[in-house]
Amino acid sequence: MARSLKKGPYIDYRLDKKVEALNDSGKKSVVKTWSRRSMISPDFVGHTFAVHNGNKFIPVYVTENMVGHKLGEFSPTRNFRGHTAKKDKGKR
Amino acid sequence: MARIAGVDIPDKKRGAISLTYIYGIGRSAAKTILAKAGIDENKKVSEWNDEESTAVRNAISNEFKVEGALKSEVQLNIKRLMDIGCYRGLRHRKGLPVRGQKTKNNSRTRKGKRKTVANKKKATK
Repeated sequence: MARSLKKGPYIDYRLDKKVEALNDSGKKSVVKTWSRRSMISPDFVGHTFAVHNGNKFIPVYVTENMVGHKLGEFSPTRNFRGHTAKKDKGKR
Repeated sequence: MARIAGVDIPDKKRGAISLTYIYGIGRSAAKTILAKAGIDENKKVSEWNDEESTAVRNAISNEFKVEGALKSEVQLNIKRLMDIGCYRGLRHRKGLPVRGQKTKNNSRTRKGKRKTVANKKKATK
């Protein structure tokens, strides 16, 4: 179910503050975050976030198109490398 | 044969049903269109006169996105998801279910016909 509009988008308070500080100082640095559930707000555009995927941090460069998505959507938690090819018996 | 919104030629059916042959128009949209045009929804398409069919055409072009325009909009939305590299986009790229369904069995609509992996004895080829 979608979140109530009344509440507005959810953005982790600390993350929001960090981005604000970056915007104020005009600096650009990678923001490390575990908050995959945070919505990407228009303020985030142009910054790079290192979003935790449970194992490591995936760098996500935020573009305008991504506004409204959650940070976690860009940091996949599963890495499917394909099935094992059981002993190749020649071709077919 | 009536020709509305480009290529569609539904006929011999009640207006409310016939309009649903257009991509992007379902039962409820068809009803609102006919209400706008002031036509009884049980009237067959063949019984419409020219005025009525132009009224329908106007009602559709004013309020609804149908056929090619709608299809391209959907494609653009999917392309956007793929371009930004979000999870839903990745699933579209791989041709797997997008909305969190299980893929252990089934989900053949997305995956297409079964591709049997050789090696097992029973599998032919």
